[in-house]
Amino acid sequence: MAYSNRARQVYTDTLNGIKEAGLFKQERFIHSVQSADIEVEFPTGNPVKKVINMCANNYLGLSSHPDVVKAAHEGLETRGYGMSSVRFICGTQDIHKELEARLTEFLGTEDTILFPSCMDANAGVFEAILTKDDVMISDRLVHASIIDGIRLAPAMHDTYKHSDMEHLESKLQQYMDKRMRVVITDGVFSMDGDLAKLDMMADLCEKYDAMLFVDESHSSGFIGKTGRGTHEHCGIMGRVDIITTTFGKALGGASGGCVSGRREIVEMCRQKARPYLFSNTIAPVVVSGVLKVLDTLSKSTERRDKLEVNTEFWRKGLLDAGFVLKEGDSPIVPVMLFNAKLAQDVSKDLFEEGIYAVGFFFPVVPNGQARIRTQISAGHDMHHLEKALAAFIKVGKKYNILGKTKNEIIEMYGN
Amino acid sequence: MENMKDIVLKYVIAEYCEDDSEEITYDTPLISGGIVDSFSMVSLKRFLEVKYKIQIPDDEATPEAFDNVNSIVSLVEKFINK
Repeated sequence: MAYSNRARQVYTDTLNGIKEAGLFKQERFIHSVQSADIEVEFPTGNPVKKVINMCANNYLGLSSHPDVVKAAHEGLETRGYGMSSVRFICGTQDIHKELEARLTEFLGTEDTILFPSCMDANAGVFEAILTKDDVMISDRLVHASIIDGIRLAPAMHDTYKHSDMEHLESKLQQYMDKRMRVVITDGVFSMDGDLAKLDMMADLCEKYDAMLFVDESHSSGFIGKTGRGTHEHCGIMGRVDIITTTFGKALGGASGGCVSGRREIVEMCRQKARPYLFSNTIAPVVVSGVLKVLDTLSKSTERRDKLEVNTEFWRKGLLDAGFVLKEGDSPIVPVMLFNAKLAQDVSKDLFEEGIYAVGFFFPVVPNGQARIRTQISAGHDMHHLEKALAAFIKVGKKYNILGKTKNEIIEMYGN
Repeated sequence: MENMKDIVLKYVIAEYCEDDSEEITYDTPLISGGIVDSFSMVSLKRFLEVKYKIQIPDDEATPEAFDNVNSIVSLVEKFINK
């Protein structure tokens, strides 16, 4: 046995260090399906408690929608449970190709390739299409999976200040000697909930002959008039060269993702992207579920419209109550508390009130920017939001933070 | 002539600070203090290499070496004097 006491001690010490720093993550066990109302066992061993979920990526409320569940069952019956193969050996079914075609149409691109997750799509795409003669220029707040993808690619990389178009332009000017430039951003930023300035970015990319990459994980299905994403919202459908997105959030919430964009780029991924080549195909049951989600979204905008109304109510309610929010108009509504302990205490008190909303703090968000990230869903009805708002106000009063500015909250609790 | 510390400090403020309210001195912890993330450090490295016509090997461009203006200047001087 090579796992010595010394090795065990090394890991025990490291884990204790994480605990002492207050950064130890604990799972909370959910005993129900994912929806606005969930049953949670927390802390572990405690009786199960019914709470309102205010922090799921279930933006359209489709994670356990009966139509999606039914379609998944049908997929299970007709195409089986698993494929026991990667895509290019014997893991491609007719429904995988159907889903790729449907996503291409939905996103308004030229072609699409499925990946086991959007994490994998982001991890694989840059390495597949870039060389050491190229440069990747990314927003400083892009998702961790993009950062991992950038690290794996041989191209040079640089960053620009979050959504700062002047800074981006100066970076583009610096790298005109490179063979190719790729500007990389999230469509909706996952921690702050703000939208990328894609119209301006598309113009800059044209001006400086750069490709535009957008991760639409927190926008596919609900941002834009018909829910196609941030590119629809910004009026630049067809001008984004590479889109990645997930099926693990609004589009059914199970798993899987894709790269969608220029035909040659998608083909390069099919030939060279390692997470595509060396990881299993998406399970037929998931493919069938996502196909049903796309059917639903193509027929009606009812769910994204309800999400918009819910988001407006929630954001206005919190602002009127005197909370400090991050500005934006996505269903990600961060309630700013600045101090890590305060964020954890507020989250705990909200749970007592029947509201499930988790605190985020460094290193997930920058130091001194701790928050409760609330996420609104079309699965929420008005009574959910009213109850959640009442609970936020009650807890906000307890900590005397209502109507207080950022500096006043920091003065009381530190940052 | 502007000294190296001030040049580096000025670059760090322009490149990494979102607003003017952040007070940065020669000793302010940049990376461990969350002002510069280790991923964005690359532009600082490139700036130093171009400005001072040096090459900083990746194994020397550590988050520790880049953690404040004083240590950055020490690192640059080491390569200028090589």
